[in-house]
Amino acid sequence: MNLSRIIRTIFLTEFFFAIIKAIKEIFKPKKTINYPFEKGHISPRFRGEHALRRYPNGEERCIACKLCEAVCPAQAITIDSEEREDGSRKTTRYDIDMLKCIYCGLCQESCPVDAIVQGPNFEFATETREELYYNKEKLLDNGDRWETVLAKNIKTDKIYR
Amino acid sequence: MEYFNTLLNEIYKIMFLVIPILVSVAMIVWLDRRVWGLVQKRRGPNVVGPFGLLQTLADALKYIFKEIIIPASANKTIFILAPVITMTLALVAWAVIPLSETMVLSDINVGILYLFAVSSLGVYGIIMGGWASNSKYPFLGAIRSAAQMVSYEVSIGIIIINVLLCVGSLNLNDIVIAQKNLWYVVPLFPMFVVFFISALAETNRPPFDLPEAEAELVAGYQTEYSGMMYAMFWLGEYANILLMCAMGSILFLGGWLPPLDIYPFNIVPAPFWMIFKILFLFFLFAIIKAIVPRYRYDQLMRLGWKIFLPFSLIYVVLTASFLLYFDKLPKVSF
Repeated sequence: MNLSRIIRTIFLTEFFFAIIKAIKEIFKPKKTINYPFEKGHISPRFRGEHALRRYPNGEERCIACKLCEAVCPAQAITIDSEEREDGSRKTTRYDIDMLKCIYCGLCQESCPVDAIVQGPNFEFATETREELYYNKEKLLDNGDRWETVLAKNIKTDKIYR
Repeated sequence: MEYFNTLLNEIYKIMFLVIPILVSVAMIVWLDRRVWGLVQKRRGPNVVGPFGLLQTLADALKYIFKEIIIPASANKTIFILAPVITMTLALVAWAVIPLSETMVLSDINVGILYLFAVSSLGVYGIIMGGWASNSKYPFLGAIRSAAQMVSYEVSIGIIIINVLLCVGSLNLNDIVIAQKNLWYVVPLFPMFVVFFISALAETNRPPFDLPEAEAELVAGYQTEYSGMMYAMFWLGEYANILLMCAMGSILFLGGWLPPLDIYPFNIVPAPFWMIFKILFLFFLFAIIKAIVPRYRYDQLMRLGWKIFLPFSLIYVVLTASFLLYFDKLPKVSF
């Protein structure tokens, strides 16, 4: 131990400088966001809550090809379908078990008509398990609610696909 | 009937002391977390109530509604008794702390001795909690904590002797009044620093929070506690920190005295000065929590026994010889 180090140890100089620095840090701008009132940036590719989209005329996009059901690694999707009066094939049942879902985004990738998509919403926590068994109405409702953001995100991301 | 009235009167007075302390403990926890957050450029609790002031109240409510789990192999009686003892002892010590010359629950003439005795007993709550849990981490944490508190109490005791040599009385009000001309932080500054660091160790605060070193011991002696019992440990701990701050301000910062006995200072009521000084010391406690890494156990013991103890002993000799040589020894009346 040399002399200057001994003197620094005895007089706790580093300690006092640290306190002064800490007091200075208090008045610096914060690095964290004020979360529930202020949200961070989310990428257009963000894989959040699922939604089923519609065409602008109100027709469901989903053609019940069941690719998403087949590709889903967690087997969270269940689809039943039948022919409608006008001859088009549509789903009668489209359930996603959000508790099984691993948010991998494969359903969105596999969809040929951009019907099932994962939106930017990640704040859908519920108080019971049952509320997280999403059915077709809930998914379509999500699609209607988030349509502007979903369309914009797909458009933004299109050039990279 | 007269006896009953006296009892009621005393309980009334005690309530006037205990409730403000519990409320201020809640505020102090908020201050601690907030300062910690601000130094680390975070926001800290800021949602519940104005500036998040009610955060601790919300936490306490959460603890009340949680289940109390008592481990199957625990010694039930002692397990329940431990947090009760910790909290009671932390609150009992406040009886002698003077907020002004008259605002003190019991103005006994061995105040500092009582304070020292009660804060030494605090270690029982911790070691009982650790032992009764019947689990290895709480046990190791409790042993560490006991060793640490006992070591640093020794140097705190000798630091108190330094102050007592200058005052000549064990009464806390006398100690404060003796500092009317000069706060003891000036002539005994090295002792103030040593006292402050020992107080950190005594209350298991960082950098001496080894008993609850979460990387090694989960949470030390509190590991098996849950719900309200955990909250009581936690309240006791913060009441102890507040007590140490009060002790520091009485011994070195002139207690309820204003900094200078001149116009703008001496119109402020005495309790405000006391509270202000306690808050200042607590602010230092909180800042230090944010800036220092944790000590290793052998370093902690070395600091306590090989550095602080001899240093404060030498200082006692220095103080005593100074007082004797310049004939400044206080007049003691028996």
